[in-house]
Amino acid sequence: MVVPISRLSKSITVECRVPAVSEESLYGEIMDQGQTPKIEWPDDGVSRIPYQIYTDPDTYGNEQKRIFRGAIWSFVCTEQEIENPGDYQTTYIGDTPVIVLRDMEAEVQVIVNRCAHRGNLVCINREGNTKDLTCVYHNWRYDLQGNLKSVAFGKGIGKSGGMPDDFDRADHGLHRLKCEVYKGLIFATFSDEVAPLTDWLGPEMVENIDRVVGRGMVLLGTYSQYMPNNWKLYMENVRDSYHASILHMFQATFRLNRLSMKGGIKLSENGWHHISYSIAETDRDEDQYDAKKLRAVMDGYELADPTLVKGWREFECGTTLAIQSTYPNFVIQQISNSLALRLCLPKGPEECELLWWVFGTPQDTEEQQEVRIKQSNMIGPGGVISMEDGVVGGWIQRGTKRDQEKTTIVQMGGRGVAPSQEGRATEVSIRGFWQGYRDCMGL
Amino acid sequence: MDGAVSIGTDVQFQIERMITDYAHAIDDDRLEMWPEFFTDDCSYRIINRENYAKGRRVGIMDCSSKGMLRDRILALREANVYEPHCYRHLQSGIRIVGDKDGAYQVETSFMIVRTMQEGDMSLFCAGKFIDEIVFEGSLPRFRKRIVVTDSNRIHTLIVIPI
Repeated sequence: MVVPISRLSKSITVECRVPAVSEESLYGEIMDQGQTPKIEWPDDGVSRIPYQIYTDPDTYGNEQKRIFRGAIWSFVCTEQEIENPGDYQTTYIGDTPVIVLRDMEAEVQVIVNRCAHRGNLVCINREGNTKDLTCVYHNWRYDLQGNLKSVAFGKGIGKSGGMPDDFDRADHGLHRLKCEVYKGLIFATFSDEVAPLTDWLGPEMVENIDRVVGRGMVLLGTYSQYMPNNWKLYMENVRDSYHASILHMFQATFRLNRLSMKGGIKLSENGWHHISYSIAETDRDEDQYDAKKLRAVMDGYELADPTLVKGWREFECGTTLAIQSTYPNFVIQQISNSLALRLCLPKGPEECELLWWVFGTPQDTEEQQEVRIKQSNMIGPGGVISMEDGVVGGWIQRGTKRDQEKTTIVQMGGRGVAPSQEGRATEVSIRGFWQGYRDCMGL
Repeated sequence: MDGAVSIGTDVQFQIERMITDYAHAIDDDRLEMWPEFFTDDCSYRIINRENYAKGRRVGIMDCSSKGMLRDRILALREANVYEPHCYRHLQSGIRIVGDKDGAYQVETSFMIVRTMQEGDMSLFCAGKFIDEIVFEGSLPRFRKRIVVTDSNRIHTLIVIPI
């Protein structure tokens, strides 16, 4: 890595005063400082989160390296978006641009979208179909597995120019990542060490994926929500079963999701992944909300067209709401009959972009598809429930701009990461996120 | 002429006036008026250009009755949480491209500047209205209004209709 001049000169001044430090160890220290900024993690483990972590540019850079290029699986897109050989999509893992494609042998490939020559984007279009990957800048051409096949004017013109004799195309392919497809979801990783996808997810996470997407997916729409906050604030929100029926008044008022319903939290063994679920038929405490005078409950609020909240019992288990997140930034959503995938991409320390895939199943009747379309009014940037998740992160971003040494409190339901539990008046899944974060970041 | 049809100036005038009145009602925060521009069995959808072109059905708002339009405004007034803001619609190029089944097909370009309470202004959305307009008595009403947004991205949230 490159050590910024300012940091070097400052530290060398220190070295002059402390001559016992050898140049080598000093340099090592500077390198270390560059890679691990001094986040002072508070004593209360994962139950106190330092404000600094939502704004610090060095932390953002480290996340790209240690999380998004670390031992995790990143969701990239669905298999049906690259149905035919040559079909591709471009997206990001963290903030690294990648191409997801189906090669001529019908295998899925995930390749860093960057020409080995001068670093140009190889695929400019967001999606398309192609026979090869050719960089428009100097016509370096790769096959769909990323192997460099030809270099324009590689032998020069006449007897002049061209690449050196020892230039070997085999050494200059595109950076191809390991990928796995599970039930139509494509995941990729930069890591050689991460466990196979389903082992990494664990059986409870896999079970919910099977339940929600295992019947196959029919894409009903995609869109994006751009948010003025650090990506982790959104991921905390997703895992926050405590807020869902308080901030989202619409949800509580129509009894779509209340903490008094039967439900719970499931965490993977290491705490990294989560599912928060509830079963609407079991609302056992009708009066809790009314007695506590929560803003979320409004008397006399009736829908002129209640078909918005009418669904059908889609799952044997009776689950009416299940929000699942796989570490670090992927979400699988069931809200009544509204099914969606969400991916939260970091866009610098103080911005992020949430990509949505709204889907149904191949077995849906026309009426069922209509219900899903109607219920899509609850989600997304214009969703009567979800819209608020797009704005609360930005408010925290503004609120925590100063007093960076201070911390948030994440202590509902304890201070640690307990295994799966009943009840959702807890912030345990947020603590699970931070456990994964600290594991990856070495904090 | 690309697709445009010739109709009486009076009809043209009435349609253009309603499209203008609609935008002013939203920008002036007379949102309870908004459903009144539609027929009872109306449909209103905001969908991005990509989904629309691919024939995908899900957008970011999808109302299939006048009651659902009213519910949107009730939620905006009473339930949803957001920072106060307002829109300014700029509309141009209203053109009537067809008339069949007793409805006029009308297309209009728009841009919306969003102003937040602290004064931040941004170009929030640009796109095209694709309308089916019918006359109820002498008054034009939207039987169908599809708002096709040029961008797939919505910044933060959308609560005020377009």
